Amino acid sequence: MYVAVKGGETAIDNAHRLLAEKRRGDRRLPALTLGQIAEQLALSVARVMAEGALYDTQLAALAVKQARGDLIEAIFLLRAYRTTLPRLYDSVPVDTGAMLIERRISACFKDLPGGQLLGPTFDYTHRLLDPNLVGEEEQTTDLQTGPVGDAVVRVSDLLANDDLIEGEEPVTNGHGVEPEPGDMTREPLSYPLTREQRLQALARGDEGFLLALGYSTQRGYGRNHPFAGEIRIGAVEVEIDLPELGHAVPIGRVQLTECQMVNQFRGSSEMPPQFTRGYGLVFGQSERKAMSMALVDRALRAREFEEDIIAPAQDEEFVVSHCDNVQATGFVEHLKLPHYVDFQSELQLIRTLRKEWADGAGTDDDEDTGFSQEAAE
Amino acid sequence: MSTILDLMAEQPSSDLAHYNFAYLDEQTKRMIRRAILKAIAVPGYQVPFGSREMPMPYGWGTGGVQVTASILGAEDVLKVIDQGADDTTNAVSIRKFFEHVAGVKTTTSTEEATVIQTRHRIPERPLEPGQTIVFQVPIPEPLRFLEPRETETRAMHALEEYGLMHVKLYEDIARHGHIATTYAYPVKVAGRYVMDPSPTPKFDNPKMHRNAALQLYGAGREARIYAIPPYTEVVSLDFEDHPFEVNRFDRPCALCGAENVYLDEVVTDDAGGRMFVCSDTDNCESRRADGHVGEMGVPAAEAAE
Repeated sequence: MYVAVKGGETAIDNAHRLLAEKRRGDRRLPALTLGQIAEQLALSVARVMAEGALYDTQLAALAVKQARGDLIEAIFLLRAYRTTLPRLYDSVPVDTGAMLIERRISACFKDLPGGQLLGPTFDYTHRLLDPNLVGEEEQTTDLQTGPVGDAVVRVSDLLANDDLIEGEEPVTNGHGVEPEPGDMTREPLSYPLTREQRLQALARGDEGFLLALGYSTQRGYGRNHPFAGEIRIGAVEVEIDLPELGHAVPIGRVQLTECQMVNQFRGSSEMPPQFTRGYGLVFGQSERKAMSMALVDRALRAREFEEDIIAPAQDEEFVVSHCDNVQATGFVEHLKLPHYVDFQSELQLIRTLRKEWADGAGTDDDEDTGFSQEAAE
Repeated sequence: MSTILDLMAEQPSSDLAHYNFAYLDEQTKRMIRRAILKAIAVPGYQVPFGSREMPMPYGWGTGGVQVTASILGAEDVLKVIDQGADDTTNAVSIRKFFEHVAGVKTTTSTEEATVIQTRHRIPERPLEPGQTIVFQVPIPEPLRFLEPRETETRAMHALEEYGLMHVKLYEDIARHGHIATTYAYPVKVAGRYVMDPSPTPKFDNPKMHRNAALQLYGAGREARIYAIPPYTEVVSLDFEDHPFEVNRFDRPCALCGAENVYLDEVVTDDAGGRMFVCSDTDNCESRRADGHVGEMGVPAAEAAE
């Protein structure tokens, strides 16, 4: 006798218990602390904060732990928490020019005010597995680990002083008023987008997706001749305006990675030739993401510069609709959900079509089709 | 560091009481209700809304869940089905979610429910005035697979330019002799907007027409809500010489003997054995409780033992 399948509820509960046990792993080993994750897997935590769009190292570390190290799952956990948080204030725009620099490089100038500062980078390391990391490491002494003192001028500002690069004036509406940038997590996006909206989406966008798109522009799919004008990593003050006080007050610091790409120039009858910009800004330390974002930002400005839109990276709907990994992973993985009702419809149709095909083939004297009436049933 | 950790201990509490009734905050619910009202006022039109990130993945019913969360009141009785069944894993998961965050009464009975959230089916039992059915929608745009760009499809809807869809259906007939769309079969609502009925099988399309219940459609990832008010005309697209037809099954349900219902094909062995049973589990169970027995079923009293 057949009884309809039951027991989804128990199965789910048991799966969750098993997951919790697997997450903990072998109990003879100590459990990871959030501090360990935040300190020693700092770049994982940074990525989760950036794409989770919530700057909180402890919560991000918790998400990484809970997700068993699956960063997209951790990003999802953080997003689902973020969405429940009240929006109390908008910060005033952060000033990356006043950043407490940990790293700052420019590929455009050999030397420049403020100097080249390598900071904690993987660049120029030889990628040889280091057996010394197996156990506790020796402490390196006499190393200054904090940021360097003074604010360092931005390379784009140096270029802007000579008018060699397009201005970075806030976009104003017809009345000279700078419109509110909006919040893509509160208002639905409506294409075509403003650059601010695109940058919001890209800042939350998947690092791998943007990396691939940025790479594609370098290989000729929407080439825009980029130079890494400047990459800087460091802490900036976040300030909010308190109307009671009449001035902005700092509420904390966040670590940011900023990339200013300098791209090939444009000119017109009204404007002398100027370099153009692509911009990337990411929470935490993530040069790969910031640089990719800057390449894609510039590519997406094709319409603004009246360039032909011929490549995926220049296509706003394509890029922005698909850059969110929480959306992407949800929709791809929803194929795991039962679809047997729709599949049944398809089964019925394909059986009908095959039967009709076989009936037709039977009348044709075509014996080589290898298809028989039987197979259709 | 320790002070942050101390804070953490209290902050992300696992206690769901921490969340508002039905999870969403009241501002968000108000925003979604406005979108729903607009959707009801313009039947079949896709209303953009500020879709929130939900604690379940996109593509797993976040749109339906947001709509349900926004319309649910403390007195409501909620039924959740997936593939017609109350006990499929995702239906169980969503029902549990609302039991936790809203504490509403839940049911598997179509008759008893005031709100029914569904994925891929409309219950067999005719819905009644006052009931609301909420569909989980993956891709709300019926023209999406013909034209991937939102800017284009928006213009096509505005101009009521649906020729492309008819060409697609015509090409199906030219190639296969049939319209090869078996689910998510496009409909025209109130003589104006072409609408995707969410991927329900076309078998369920006639149920949408002049249904007594309010039909709400929520697409979370795509941030769209649309609606069919009660007793609205819903026409499945077709041609005069190729009229719309529903899928037919050449046998009744093997458990309850129901005819003219949608059946699931169950593989019973590895030698090609198949049986066909009701996709709508509530319909099947209540029929068996009423004494209907299919060829492979057993009387209800016996099965309970």
